[in-house]
Amino acid sequence: MLNFIQGLGHSGLTFFQRLGRAHILLGHIMAGLPSMLLRWPLIIQQLYYVGVLSVLIILVSGFFVGMVLGLQGYNILVDFGAEETLGVMVSLSLVRELGPVVAALLFAGRAGSALTAEIGLMKATEQLSAMEMMAIDPIRRVLTPRFLAGFISMPLLAAIFSAVGIIGGDFVGVGLLGVDEGAYWSQMQASVDLYDDILNGVIKSIVFGVVVTWIAVFEGYDAIPTSEGVSRATTRTVVHSSLAILGLDFILTAIMF
Amino acid sequence: MTDTSTTTPLVEIRNLSFARGDRMIFDGIDMDIERGKVTAIMGPSGTGKTTLLRLIGGQIKPLTGSIKVDGIEVTKLSRSALFQLRKRMGMLFQNGALLTDMNVFDNIAFPIREHTQLSEKMIRTLVTMKLQVVGLRGARNLMPSELSGGMARRVAMARAIALDPMMIMYDEPFTGQDPISLGVLVRLIRELNDTLGLTSIVVSHDIKEASSISDTIYLLSGGKVVAHGSSKALHESGSEWAKQFMNGLPDGPVPFHYPAIDYAEDLLAAGNK
Ligand SMILES: Nc1ncnc2c1ncn2[C@@H]1O[C@H](COP(=O)(O)OP(=O)(O)OP(=O)(O)O)[C@@H](O)[C@H]1O
Ligand SMILES: [Mg+2]
Repeated sequence: MLNFIQGLGHSGLTFFQRLGRAHILLGHIMAGLPSMLLRWPLIIQQLYYVGVLSVLIILVSGFFVGMVLGLQGYNILVDFGAEETLGVMVSLSLVRELGPVVAALLFAGRAGSALTAEIGLMKATEQLSAMEMMAIDPIRRVLTPRFLAGFISMPLLAAIFSAVGIIGGDFVGVGLLGVDEGAYWSQMQASVDLYDDILNGVIKSIVFGVVVTWIAVFEGYDAIPTSEGVSRATTRTVVHSSLAILGLDFILTAIMF
Repeated sequence: MTDTSTTTPLVEIRNLSFARGDRMIFDGIDMDIERGKVTAIMGPSGTGKTTLLRLIGGQIKPLTGSIKVDGIEVTKLSRSALFQLRKRMGMLFQNGALLTDMNVFDNIAFPIREHTQLSEKMIRTLVTMKLQVVGLRGARNLMPSELSGGMARRVAMARAIALDPMMIMYDEPFTGQDPISLGVLVRLIRELNDTLGLTSIVVSHDIKEASSISDTIYLLSGGKVVAHGSSKALHESGSEWAKQFMNGLPDGPVPFHYPAIDYAEDLLAAGNK
């Protein structure tokens, strides 16, 4: 029993220590932002690795999620004779919830884990130490552009996800199940609000982008510099970001909608 | 034995102590690294040779004592002043520590691009000159993963001299090298030191190589400097430490065994389980 309490206290302490270090790191990353904005080639390079390389998985998943929504939505709505509103259902589910959340989960798995592994390996192979000895701050040079790229990419990826999902819903609902095409799109236009729905969705995805990239770069930078440490950090990135996304999604939804 | 030279040493270490947890890694050591010379730092594994280089580079702070590099007290510098000083120091990490996402050329250009506003044309000229020095001009487009260990170290050397530093620190540059590549590295370290007017610190286990290139050797063990002087003096010295290390004897003042409880007691304890 005593051991249990002791263990609990210990892991609690470790947790708060790590949380503290993560915040200090975030401050340090932020301090590097102004000078980094002038070095756009670095940011573009990272936008490619973090964002562009995630586009394919976002496109494919978005399309499938949209098709499933079309199918499920149709089966539910047709019982009420309301299949005309399929477009509204698909688009609101995507823009408000599934777009930001699923895109962020995929982003954590694809880009977040890659960021952690890359930074962790740079630490393990002393590349970060070598930079320090060359009088170059590794946090500003390595972490800041990656953080910025994640922050920019996430809302764009979520938007792509939602757009492709709506097309997927159209493909199943209109193309295969015979919902009226005009109704699908015009009902959607009439009911989706720019501020209430789209903007709030975008805010969600920005928050998710910051949190996932923050967790990813922190785990990489804080990793124990061995191959085992890096692989554990990579796993932690995916687990912690997924939990953070789902938890924050609930909080944000409760506040915004 | 101490020979007093006319110039002040480039690196002056006085009464330096450093601990990791409860373990004292250094316990009041003094050391002088002479300008323009190659100084070898030798000692058994785990005595803190890498730690010493990190202390000189200001990456970690000592418990007590002073480290002066070119008259500047490293232990008390602010971060930005430390960065200014580091621009004048090169360091070669054990495995080269090249940036894996850039090719050879960009790796050497990296510190120049970060610290200067030179034109690309100028950078190309500079990098080509550094590559020529280490004999790898033809390898400029290779990625670090395509280099052998010896080549990677030579690229790292070119990168270390990219900003024309006043000193270079080499962390075990010879480990895991075949005899030819070892010979190349030995010659390069000496040549760079003499032609560029550098001061070099070489951490090494290799008695033969270290004594062949160094002007002075420091032997570290158990947190102390146990002997120092020219390699000839050490070979001839009566000190047990120097004798054991220079001749590679398995047991002596540096014990073969890691500190442990009595052997018989240990076996008996196992029998009682
Ligand atoms: N980050 C660290 N945390 C705790 N202890 C460390 C750390 N780094 C090194 N040590 C300990 O400090 C001691 C000195 O390490 P150091 O790497 O300086 O030895 P070394 O002389 O370079 O050894 P080698 O010749 O094997 O490279 C070792 O006993 C090591 O266990
Ligand atoms: Mg070492």
